[in-house]
Amino acid sequence: MEIAASNDDRLRLEPLTRLIRSLPPYGAGDMVARLMQSAIDMMPAKLPAAGMKKRRSTSWITLAAALIALIALLPLAFIVWVAIQTGWDTVVALILRPRVGELLVNTVLLVAVTVPIAIVLSVALAWLTERSDLPGNRWWSWLSVAPLAIPAFVHSYAWISFVPGLHGLWAGVLVSVIAYFPFLYLPIAAALRRLDPALEDAAAALGLDPWRVFARVVLPQLRLAVCGGSLLVGLHLLAEYGLYVFIRFDTFTTAIVDQFQSTFNGPAANMLAAVLVVCCLFLLALEVMVRGEERYARVGSGAARQQQRARLGRATLPCLLLPAGVALLSLGVPFVTVGRWLLAGGTDVWRWDEIGLALGQTLFLAIAGAVLATLAAMPMAWISIRAPGPLQRLLESCNYIVGALPGVVIALALVTITVRVALPLYQTLFTILFGYALMFLPRALISLRASIAQAPVELERAASSLGRSPVKALWSTTIRLSAPGAAAGMAMVALGITNELTATQMLAPNGTRTLAMAFWSYSGEIDYASAAPYALIMVAMSLPMTWWLYVQSKRMAGR
Amino acid sequence: MKIALSTLAGAALALGLISAPAMAEDQGIIVYNAQHESLAKEWAAGFTKETGIKVTLRNGGDSDFSNQIVAEGAASPADVFLTENSPAMALVEAAGLFAPVDADTLAQVPQEYQPSSGKWVGVAARSTVFAYNKDKLKEDQLPKSLLDLADPGWKGRWAASPSGADFQAIVSALLQIKGEAATADWLKAMKANFTAYKGNSTIMKAVNAGEIEGGVIYHYYYIGDQAKTGENSKNVGLHYFKNQDPGAFVSVSGGGVLASSKHPKEAQAFLKWVTGKGGQDVLKTGTSYEYAVGKGDESNPKLVPLADLQAPKVDPATLNSKKVIDLMTQAGLL
Repeated sequence: MEIAASNDDRLRLEPLTRLIRSLPPYGAGDMVARLMQSAIDMMPAKLPAAGMKKRRSTSWITLAAALIALIALLPLAFIVWVAIQTGWDTVVALILRPRVGELLVNTVLLVAVTVPIAIVLSVALAWLTERSDLPGNRWWSWLSVAPLAIPAFVHSYAWISFVPGLHGLWAGVLVSVIAYFPFLYLPIAAALRRLDPALEDAAAALGLDPWRVFARVVLPQLRLAVCGGSLLVGLHLLAEYGLYVFIRFDTFTTAIVDQFQSTFNGPAANMLAAVLVVCCLFLLALEVMVRGEERYARVGSGAARQQQRARLGRATLPCLLLPAGVALLSLGVPFVTVGRWLLAGGTDVWRWDEIGLALGQTLFLAIAGAVLATLAAMPMAWISIRAPGPLQRLLESCNYIVGALPGVVIALALVTITVRVALPLYQTLFTILFGYALMFLPRALISLRASIAQAPVELERAASSLGRSPVKALWSTTIRLSAPGAAAGMAMVALGITNELTATQMLAPNGTRTLAMAFWSYSGEIDYASAAPYALIMVAMSLPMTWWLYVQSKRMAGR
Repeated sequence: MKIALSTLAGAALALGLISAPAMAEDQGIIVYNAQHESLAKEWAAGFTKETGIKVTLRNGGDSDFSNQIVAEGAASPADVFLTENSPAMALVEAAGLFAPVDADTLAQVPQEYQPSSGKWVGVAARSTVFAYNKDKLKEDQLPKSLLDLADPGWKGRWAASPSGADFQAIVSALLQIKGEAATADWLKAMKANFTAYKGNSTIMKAVNAGEIEGGVIYHYYYIGDQAKTGENSKNVGLHYFKNQDPGAFVSVSGGGVLASSKHPKEAQAFLKWVTGKGGQDVLKTGTSYEYAVGKGDESNPKLVPLADLQAPKVDPATLNSKKVIDLMTQAGLL
């Protein structure tokens, strides 16, 4: 076992790996995890395959991975190309105008206010559920993850039915925190669960009171989880469309869709997209900077002691108010409003022919997209485990950066590319699945990597030495063994596709109407009752996945 | 634990195949529909019932479709294009992508609801209104003209949906009637005065709730809501500007057959049906409450008759959507 050989590295890498695997596999931000992974790769880890001669299969798999990474860069290359074509003067006129300033202020304020609130809330919830004797803490823990099963635009729909006048920055902050805090809660809770209590004991023994112990020992150890989670939340805030339309708050993404609706693929839309891309890259870079390079693992032999849970005592009741209040806002409001609309709509809103068709099409797109994304992720996942190196890190970061782009940017690029130079692919199933694969490939990559890492390389070698061709050897060993990871990745991609709205609307083949599109169309005509069944079905489809995520994050932490 | 990947792929494939028929039916004629989905669905269903020709709708907005058709050029998959307003039709016409409409179809619609070129035809019409909250505004406080809303006195008191083709059509009429300089000034003042909402229904809902005093929308949102429960319009009054004011603009919804259509006969038949008795009856008896434009076809009796609206005379073929978008982008509305 190589654990013995590289014990020290393992220990050092472990919290990072854990964080990566505990990060919620939602949406744009998965690249975050990818970036962290490349940070791991940069450490001088001992690799089991290092001494081995490169096998023939490496080169063609690398070629495939390189090809996929290049294709993934299409949308970015496209935006640069449009900028060049548009001409410098027009670009300047379109970017340096007051409207872009307004949008920038809105978007920056939204991120700057929402993320800190979500961090404080998630740390408090995670501490209460993981480190205190709060009654029913397992339940509260699940209820803090469950809001992820509700698409962000359904959260917003619920709030706008509940408080009709809700609008502007503070409404945006409220609904965003409620919809996205689990992205922070999950990694923070996972990190808290695995902290070595010895450090805290030492601090306490040196005379620090519990608050100081928390501030000086516990909080710093949460840094990676907070950075990673914040990046995820930030990228989602940049990419979200439906949530902010309901509450009339304009961000870059809503403005790009407005421009798209007014001009289809005009230069103004593309220049707004360019600014949005810069915002995304800025967040990615910021996170890398803030994350720092400190080490967070314990050194030394033996295992960490089980943590003691803090006794809340008389504070129990007030402390219960926090998770209860959050659950009320993040789950109670959506469920009560959807339920109310369903009651008001009665049986009339269950138009089964329409719903059945939308469900069928959604399932088809989700499954086909998941299969494609997983297939596309395989070469990259394989070389990142078996043949890591500078080239692999570069290729991999391409996938991550593209995955961090909002769906609207990717869709806009694909629409224009297919219309101008690849017309036979325009409005085809292929193009929309291709778009999904670009957006959600990192989700598949993360799960696959974890699985491939667990498949012993010796099996591949044995298969080769028994005379199988490289492809067959791979197929009969590693690929089969990575099936659980592939399944998990596919489920996460499928979930992402089910709740995707903007890219689907722009890329869908004629006659397509997914659950999200139907929901959006009805709520646009303020027929909230008819939209309710679609909201319910989307939530019902997402719940099992969210549960799986929750269980997975517990298992990562060994509970 | 060790699910063979092939089993997994097999299961996914099987599920995919089960749901595949949902994606791959015979599509008949493809209609790029910017009209209200419910209205277009009724038209399509009525047409299919009568002729057996299947209709596939792709739903979207006026401006994105018109620009999309221009970008697609001769390779457009669309057979028919239906809009809510005229500027989008004018854009496609200017790009030379429409086939001439059959003479029988043109003969069903009066001259004033079709462009002089005969490249497309009016299928319905809608009137601009100022929807206001009856508790907040008395009749004598209402704006006399759309232009009044640019006055500083109206700051923060009215709403519009600038990203919608409806409002953009109203601006295109303003541009046609008052010229570019006056329109640019008005849009600049609007930016300072108005509150942006997304969608006319949303504006009416906000006016009803008293969030804002009034908004520039089309007439049928109010009538449609009144016919249902009235929950989003019970405090709302409609003010028609009349007097040939730009705000009295009646927008013609258009339909056209694309020159690149692969089913020109069926596409022409669809347009003929929509402008004929069958399609216009849907307007009169259905829940869209848009005006019928066919010769001799009456609109729903709940509507103020078209003839009483004193709309300004604007040739629908001259409405310039591209200029409007540029002006609105310059004013920071988009």
